[in-house]
Amino acid sequence: MTAPHSSDRTLTPLLEMQGIRKTFPGVQAVSSASFDLYPGEIHALVGENGAGKTTLIKVLTGVHRADAGAMALSGQPLEIDTPLQAQRAGIATIYQEFTLVPHLSVRANLCLGRERTRRGFMDTAFERDKTRSAFERLGVSIDPEALVADLHVAQQQLVEIARAIATDARVLVMDEPTAALTPREVEGLFRILRELASRGIGVIFISHRLDEVLSIADRVTVMRDGVTIGTWDAKTLSRKDLIEHMVGRPLEQEFPKVPAPIGETCLEVRGLSGGRIRNVSFSVRHGEVLGLAGLMGAGRTEVARLIFGADPKESGEILLDGRPLRIESPRDAIRHGICLLPEDRKLHGLVLKASARDNFALPNLRSWSRAGFIDQSHESSRFFHHVEHLNIRVSGPEQPAGNLSGGNQQKLLVARWLESNSRVIIFDEPTRGIDVGAKFEMYLLINDLVSSGKAIIVISSELPEILGMSDRILVMRKGAVSGEITDIGSATQEAIMALAA
Amino acid sequence: MSTHRQSGRTKGTTRSSRFVSNYGMLGVLLLLCLLFAVLTVDEQHPTGERAAKTLARALKESSDATAAALQAGGVLIISRESDEARLFSRSLEDALSHGGYSRVTAISGDPAAIRSAMERLAGAGESFRLIATTEPFAPVVRAIASQIDAFEGSRIVTPPSYRWPTFLLPNNIRNVANQISVIAIIAIGMTMVIITAGIDLSSGSLIALSAVVAAWLIGHMGGESASALMMCLGSLGGILLCGAVGAFSGFVITEFRIPPFIATLAMMQVAAGLAYIISHGVPIYQLPEGYVALGRGVEPLFGIPYAVMLMVVLYIAAHIVMSRTTFGRYVYAVGGNMEASRLAGIRVRLVLFIVYTLCGLLAGLGGVLMASQLRSGAPTYGLTYELYVIAAVVVGGTSLSGGEGRIFGTLIGAFIIAVIQNGMNLTNVESYTQKVVLGLVILGAVLLDRLKHQRFRFRRG
Repeated sequence: MTAPHSSDRTLTPLLEMQGIRKTFPGVQAVSSASFDLYPGEIHALVGENGAGKTTLIKVLTGVHRADAGAMALSGQPLEIDTPLQAQRAGIATIYQEFTLVPHLSVRANLCLGRERTRRGFMDTAFERDKTRSAFERLGVSIDPEALVADLHVAQQQLVEIARAIATDARVLVMDEPTAALTPREVEGLFRILRELASRGIGVIFISHRLDEVLSIADRVTVMRDGVTIGTWDAKTLSRKDLIEHMVGRPLEQEFPKVPAPIGETCLEVRGLSGGRIRNVSFSVRHGEVLGLAGLMGAGRTEVARLIFGADPKESGEILLDGRPLRIESPRDAIRHGICLLPEDRKLHGLVLKASARDNFALPNLRSWSRAGFIDQSHESSRFFHHVEHLNIRVSGPEQPAGNLSGGNQQKLLVARWLESNSRVIIFDEPTRGIDVGAKFEMYLLINDLVSSGKAIIVISSELPEILGMSDRILVMRKGAVSGEITDIGSATQEAIMALAA
Repeated sequence: MSTHRQSGRTKGTTRSSRFVSNYGMLGVLLLLCLLFAVLTVDEQHPTGERAAKTLARALKESSDATAAALQAGGVLIISRESDEARLFSRSLEDALSHGGYSRVTAISGDPAAIRSAMERLAGAGESFRLIATTEPFAPVVRAIASQIDAFEGSRIVTPPSYRWPTFLLPNNIRNVANQISVIAIIAIGMTMVIITAGIDLSSGSLIALSAVVAAWLIGHMGGESASALMMCLGSLGGILLCGAVGAFSGFVITEFRIPPFIATLAMMQVAAGLAYIISHGVPIYQLPEGYVALGRGVEPLFGIPYAVMLMVVLYIAAHIVMSRTTFGRYVYAVGGNMEASRLAGIRVRLVLFIVYTLCGLLAGLGGVLMASQLRSGAPTYGLTYELYVIAAVVVGGTSLSGGEGRIFGTLIGAFIIAVIQNGMNLTNVESYTQKVVLGLVILGAVLLDRLKHQRFRFRRG
């Protein structure tokens, strides 16, 4: 390995993966990957989408079988063909989507598949003991009889971890474990991970959040284009270095913010309430990017959905260019030129099975059709216009939207709203799950939009992004606005967190 | 504009591969047709005009001497009392008298009438060198002729037979198409419902409700002597009531968010009950003779049944709606991702409401068609038809998880079911065995669909 490797460990690695290769029909997902993990180490695996991280992990956990390469556990050759074998070898995985059964109790979930019977009945005493001891080792208190569906996301994750501990796992793989957690919950999780590491468990930590990677990991391995390009000591690595390793070229600038001339007030919200949102007021001007910051659950998405008419509002006024609007459904909002790019594109943004063109066309069909019949040539020409203009990489109009990369999916949605002449565009986590390169393009696009006089609201949990792209920042806490930062030049992450927490 | 040209080329290839994946079931249908064609090859006897022509040609082709003798000897044409037989008799008479035959006489009727007519002819001193009749009737004619002295020397000729698959006889194909029309028409609405990721279990009961209501209304508007207008109004009443039931299902599903399975299961019971209440549990037969025109009538020019024409027209219309209109696009979008569709400004509830209403209306139309085919309305009609309809949709490649499916795929699915049933009838497969085979075919079709989708599974992480 060419990369600096400051490990002076004399121990046998807990896990070794050498020269792993995995090809799918038409795609070389992993061409050459090597990875090692020492007992008591937290080792982060990072890379852009499509770099091959997930495939490599799936080889380790028995979901895929490698075409070539070797694995060893504590020096012993390791053959894994099925997820069950991986579990038995002591490799536990916690996926982004939890594998808990929502309508069973915590205890039942913890012991699922490992139930013990006594005289033909389930041995609940045994299960309670097992659950209690697993929770004790984690230092958490969750009612073993509670239904999993009633737990918070963070608690569900702890149940997953407890389940892994209960199987005496030696290697714990965590795929994007912090995506759904608040900063405090992330801290709690990190404390537990360090605790587990101190007892000799090896943790493989996969995340897009580079700041978290650098703060929790002992070492970082970067993957790019199916190859592990190097392993570095996290202490010696800067965020900029890490990004450059990931994209494979020097990075001049992470946030290419170009301020646009700021005009009159475009959108104004007065006393907006509904759901958990209480009395939110603010305004955005033409040519302005308003950053909406806050912890997860502070109500940022909810505010966006209320403005967009996706959820019913209880009170409050929404004005566009000084005129009050009646918005009772997304349809009304769209008609007035307000649009929302939802956080979860796959769930709320796109019809994945439908073609790229159909997804692009969806809200615009009405204006293209005559007597209900779609003008298909006009539809195609508009589609190609935007594909070219926004540089959307799509094999053709018929490509299913679900097969596009995250960045191109996002661009497709932007194209859709540009076509419908939106004047206010609300981006909810615009760069979540998309590559560094595509992120950069998204920022350039936001520059373009404000320079043409559109008003932009950006909701983001990435504080560097909020600081790098906004003209003004609004911070929310517990469903209300807790502060505003107008002097963007001297704003800091700490200042935002002080208002948010 | 390089993007334009480039994707223009890929468009062609994706189009053709898309056709294969959308209508791959067409291949299955054609294979089934081929299979049954081979299995049912048999001795066929022509009927009607065609029979007359081949017989006349066969007679002409006999040697000159005999031909001359035959022409002078007189011909007696004997036929049964039916449209086809009459056509045979008239055409043959025509062809022979133009072909130089001196004396051509035609008689028709049941065996008793034939016997007395022949005795009368014999009594009048007439004798014939030739007796022409159809193959199925020949044994009867032969028996009668042998008992009358004057005809003992006559040669009995029948149209020459030929080998051809029974399955591919125009009559059989017409039957297959006619029999599936009710299911196929309802399957249009069901396809739309299933594309929205829903289901409509009430279709079968709506057939009964529509048939009973139409028959009841016509019965009260003149019964067997009802005018054409009254028949139309009565039928419309049945269809509209089913539309209302469908609309109610749609209302309950969209306003109260009751799962379609439950809502339409309930309406299935309600509609079945209503059909029994209205008919008092007995079939209503008071329908005019003209009422069968829709269900049994055949278009005179090409011999296509009206029901089949109606089915084809509806399929073309539905295909256009689903592929060319905003409504069709919305149906796919809502089924693919309801929340994303709502956030794109689509009136999701309206779309669903319309889809369930349409499905009800089409089930009503199916009921009227069945009442017309059977010239009665009974509460027992359409029992478990919803399952055949759903099977046609699923075999046609529409996914029960919504968002994808093709209208013509459903037509192919309906025909696959019809062809299998018909083919098994022709090859004398027991009806219990037929059920087993049909079930396995449905399973196989869904499996094929699964395999088709698995090709797209692999993606890099």
